[in-house]
Amino acid sequence: MTMPPADVERAAPLGPEGGNLGTVQSGWRLALREFVSNRLAVIGFAMLIFFVLFSFVGPLIYHTDQLDTNLTLANLPPSGAHLLGTDGDGFDELGRMMKGGQAALEIGFFAAAVAIVIGALWGAVSGLAGGIVDSVMMRVVDVFLSVPFLFVVLILAVKFGASVLSLSLVIGFFAWQVPARLVRGEVLTLRERDFVLAARTAGATPWRLISRHLLPNALGVVIVNVTFQVADAILAVSYVGFLGFGLHFPNVDWGDQLSGGAEYLQDGYWWLIYPVGACIVLTVMALNFIGDALRDSMDVRLRRR
Amino acid sequence: MIAYLLRRLGTSIVVLIGVSIFIFLLLHAIYPSPARDVLGLGAKPVAVAAWNKDNGYDDPVVVQYLRYMNQLLHGNLGYSYAENQTVVALFRERVARSAYLSGISLVIAVLIALPLGIFQAVKRNSIGDNVATSAAFILYSMPSFFLGLILIQVLAISFPIFSFEASQSLNVFVVMGDWNAMTLPILTLALITVASFSRYMRSSSMDVLAQDYIKVSRAKGLPERLVLWRHLVRNASLPMVTLIGLSLPALLAGNLITEQLFNFQGLGLLFFESLQKVDYPVMLAYTLAGALLVVVGNLIADIALTIADPRIRLA
Repeated sequence: MTMPPADVERAAPLGPEGGNLGTVQSGWRLALREFVSNRLAVIGFAMLIFFVLFSFVGPLIYHTDQLDTNLTLANLPPSGAHLLGTDGDGFDELGRMMKGGQAALEIGFFAAAVAIVIGALWGAVSGLAGGIVDSVMMRVVDVFLSVPFLFVVLILAVKFGASVLSLSLVIGFFAWQVPARLVRGEVLTLRERDFVLAARTAGATPWRLISRHLLPNALGVVIVNVTFQVADAILAVSYVGFLGFGLHFPNVDWGDQLSGGAEYLQDGYWWLIYPVGACIVLTVMALNFIGDALRDSMDVRLRRR
Repeated sequence: MIAYLLRRLGTSIVVLIGVSIFIFLLLHAIYPSPARDVLGLGAKPVAVAAWNKDNGYDDPVVVQYLRYMNQLLHGNLGYSYAENQTVVALFRERVARSAYLSGISLVIAVLIALPLGIFQAVKRNSIGDNVATSAAFILYSMPSFFLGLILIQVLAISFPIFSFEASQSLNVFVVMGDWNAMTLPILTLALITVASFSRYMRSSSMDVLAQDYIKVSRAKGLPERLVLWRHLVRNASLPMVTLIGLSLPALLAGNLITEQLFNFQGLGLLFFESLQKVDYPVMLAYTLAGALLVVVGNLIADIALTIADPRIRLA
């Protein structure tokens, strides 16, 4: 793949849509420009970066003991030694939030990856196959869409125990229906296009058609969906954790932490509730901002087709 | 239209059968038989095998599924060994309370979201619109238990206006009258729903406002009040019909959290307790009820929209 020379790139007119955009500016570049010009998108992206750094780099800077309980240190208000105080077991609350953030982000992204991989393949195969295969595969999607997601996740969490891996797999396995529908929709239009016909004529196998031609071109809808998937997964984990079926010690998730803090609501231990609640809200909000902006910017890319 | 409705009903039934098979198989795979709950953990394998044989738990899974469905259609959802009651009796005790909580929250949410969304669309980009949009964005990203905790903090602890525990009465009419205890759980569920409803309502109102018939009715000098009432509200509310249908299962899931948080003896709390007691018959019935609500909610939404929208009805 050859990139166009940089000076040609800069010379291209930057009209928002229509006009002579030239051949040098790819749809992706246009989408990126649209994305960056969206204020909420930039804020959301900055917030997400912040939480990634907070959760994964934070513990390297702010050292806390998250393994040994110490009841003499329980429920201390914020101070120099414990910036956000300590919880009922004497763990440093800020350090615990970082640990909870790791779990939330890991599960969120991993579950989204599982959902997207299953969904994209399912949708692509279904759309490409067409006919009776397509109908049957889409009815399966309908069935999975009717499964009450949270209830089944809870039941499986109770049965198999919750870990980062198991929660990601379970959440991902019940969240692939929407990407499957989106990708199928894309594939239905893509498969009639000339380049697909050309590839077929050249003797491409169905798998090659899907992996080289259809999925890369359906990437736009998938990327938009990923951010919402991550947000939904993080919320789902917080629900599982809040109800007490979340990760086991020494791991912790934000919902679990919040339900621990809720026991002290009447004692006024605000540092056990509001900071961690804010973490959930802000992370999910950041992802929703990014998703909304991505959807708008992908519209720009699609309009240009 | 009749043909469309029949076809729609047909796919719903197919999906319902599919999802019941899936849920039954899933729970059957992780919990094949309640024998050890009945006979005790120390029961000899022979005794377990004999009990399974007597009670049909060694039959092929297809037979078991068909038997369960047959029983279900005859109004029997199995027996909860953890509660020592039939599942139907447990559900019957609580279903009215849960339905009340869901129903009134939904009504309140619609009553708030509908005018709010229209107001936001009419006064687009005003301060009021921006405040409402921001609030909706925050609530939309907020787990309901966190919203509930904030409401408890503000309205039950800082300013002790309402009770932080839901009504414990077994009589649903007493529950209905007990506003002091029921306001916070209802508010929690309603506000979360308002957050998503008002966003849809705002964008559908904006779409309608851009339509030619709005311009025409303004151009012919119809008072703005009538433009809004006759033309905007009725058309912009159509998506609401779909949303209400689609939100039925979400309300059930919301009940689970809200009932647990406020200790309200409804179906959600029953499910929560069944998770703790590993009481599979209750889990199975509750999950199936959830799936039924999803399918029925979708169906109702489609049928209601067909009736409400002459463009679909007459097509």
